[in-house]
Amino acid sequence: MSGEAYSVVTPSPAVKRIAGVVVVLYALVTMFPLVWIVMTSFKSPPDSIRYPPALVFTPTLEGYCNLFTVRTRQTAEFIETLGPPAGICDEITRSRNMVIAGASNYWPRFRNSVVIAFGSTFLAVGLGTLAAYGFSRFKVPLADDLLFFILSTRMMPPIAVAIPIYLMYRELGLSDTALGMILLYTAVNVSLAVWLLKGFIDEIPREYEEAAMIDGYSRLQAFVRVVLPQATTGIAATAIFCLIFAWNEYAFAVLLTSGTAQTAPPFIPTIIGEGGMDWPAVAAGTTIFLVPILVFTILLRRHLLRGITFGAVRK
Amino acid sequence: MTDTPAMIERVARATPAPLARRVRGLSDRAIAWLFISPTIILLLAINIFPLIWAVRLSFTNFRANRPNAEVEWVGLRNYVRILGDEDIWMSFQITAHFVFWTIVLQTIIGFGLAYLIDRKFRGHAFWTTIILIPMMLSPAVVGNFWRFIYQPQTGPFSYIVSFLTGIPPAQIDMLSTVQTAPWAIIIVDTWMWTPYVMLICLAGLRSIPDYIYEAAEVDRASAWRQFWSITVPMALPFIMLAVLFRGIENFKMFDMVVLLTGGGPGSVTEVASITLKREAFESWRTGLSSAFAIVLFVAVFGLANIYVKALNRVKNR
Repeated sequence: MSGEAYSVVTPSPAVKRIAGVVVVLYALVTMFPLVWIVMTSFKSPPDSIRYPPALVFTPTLEGYCNLFTVRTRQTAEFIETLGPPAGICDEITRSRNMVIAGASNYWPRFRNSVVIAFGSTFLAVGLGTLAAYGFSRFKVPLADDLLFFILSTRMMPPIAVAIPIYLMYRELGLSDTALGMILLYTAVNVSLAVWLLKGFIDEIPREYEEAAMIDGYSRLQAFVRVVLPQATTGIAATAIFCLIFAWNEYAFAVLLTSGTAQTAPPFIPTIIGEGGMDWPAVAAGTTIFLVPILVFTILLRRHLLRGITFGAVRK
Repeated sequence: MTDTPAMIERVARATPAPLARRVRGLSDRAIAWLFISPTIILLLAINIFPLIWAVRLSFTNFRANRPNAEVEWVGLRNYVRILGDEDIWMSFQITAHFVFWTIVLQTIIGFGLAYLIDRKFRGHAFWTTIILIPMMLSPAVVGNFWRFIYQPQTGPFSYIVSFLTGIPPAQIDMLSTVQTAPWAIIIVDTWMWTPYVMLICLAGLRSIPDYIYEAAEVDRASAWRQFWSITVPMALPFIMLAVLFRGIENFKMFDMVVLLTGGGPGSVTEVASITLKREAFESWRTGLSSAFAIVLFVAVFGLANIYVKALNRVKNR
């Protein structure tokens, strides 16, 4: 204790400064791998594997070009016979004695990720809102058991669930389809959605609906016109959590999709160049994949705590 | 949201009168079931039905890569094999080692950070958001990139370690050395999930009312004493919650390990999920791996039960 006026509740400036320095140092160390990913995505392949690791380098878009294209090696004579390069990627590729042979699979995989993440989020939040309202407002027999059952489905190890799902989807023709993945992610996310939304709806006073019902609204009208508008923030926060889960998921995706419905996470590690990993391209793919999550994390920061604890801790 | 009432009116007008009357006049009980049943049906179809199927398979010698071969009932033989198999016990031990050390490190660092952030220095909200970023990212995609960071010679990790210790960077191969590979995974997991523990601990610290500290101050309790008699006991339910969440999640750990080491070198990082994946989707011993999956279920379910009880305790405070 440095003086009378300072305590655990009101720390002294010195304590604050030390705390600040340690936290900022931790934050910088923790950001280093992410900064390294973004830096690597702008390096040329030789720069990316230079020793000692290069902090200063000439930025290039080669990683991004390689991410989106498939290239073949050609002789210098052949490349000279081609017309002027069409765009920056063409130019970079030719300087490596290669020509662009077509588009890579990154964009289709990224699109699958978008479709599956948004589709499953939409369904999970829709179902979850209804169920959460049911649990919040009505006396449901065995409500606690049902809620525990809903939560426990999230506890299952994904590989263990994947074995029967794999067989079931094979029978139903849902293997490697976007619909199959949407249904699966919906089932995983709906448990989170129900628990989170029940918390949000519990916070809306019942009196609002009761007043509306006295004014002649039916229960359903009161739900749509009174409760839903009040729950918008909660629904949005829940949706972002579902979106992030579906976006990041790997285990189901790698086991149940292989081609047409494959999402980006199982695809990115398979990006290889000539003679080993093309790390700038991997870094470029990773960067593009992570940017939406960064945006969402910043949007969500006030609700993060609730989301990661299934609504158990609210602040 | 603004056009919703208009939409409802349109739907109401388009609905045949008797049906509309029925919908409008639905009893609360009917609405409750109408609202809850779709979720329950989906979970029964995608979670419970497959689970029951897996239980059935676990008593057979079914192989998914030979769907037309004759399926034999083998009784409890799969379970006996699982519980007697040394490799599987080894994978449980590796999982336990991983879960234990990640929890220890994440709790200590996470709680420490939360305590420092709770000193409310200028800019703490901004730096908290920065610290939280890793836990929102995809473990698979980021784990894959850590492989590059760990690269001997060219990766920044080995460069920094060799700079600090003087060991030649080519010798620092975290992921392919038997002694360091488990720790390489623990480091990445700790990097990723410490913010998670930190955030929950921070909520715990903020839930302690100031007047308790003020009362202690009046009684001239030292800062050290206040920390151990007020801060730690009152934040404990939150710490427990974080530990249980991390425990369950890391018990299931799959994606990050697959991408970092794939279970290697040898099988020193082969956690239970990877063994299960190998049995189910590489050896195609579907019956045996179903039994293994059931054993994992039971273990996680036991943990989940403890967890929900703790969760309710925290909630009821």
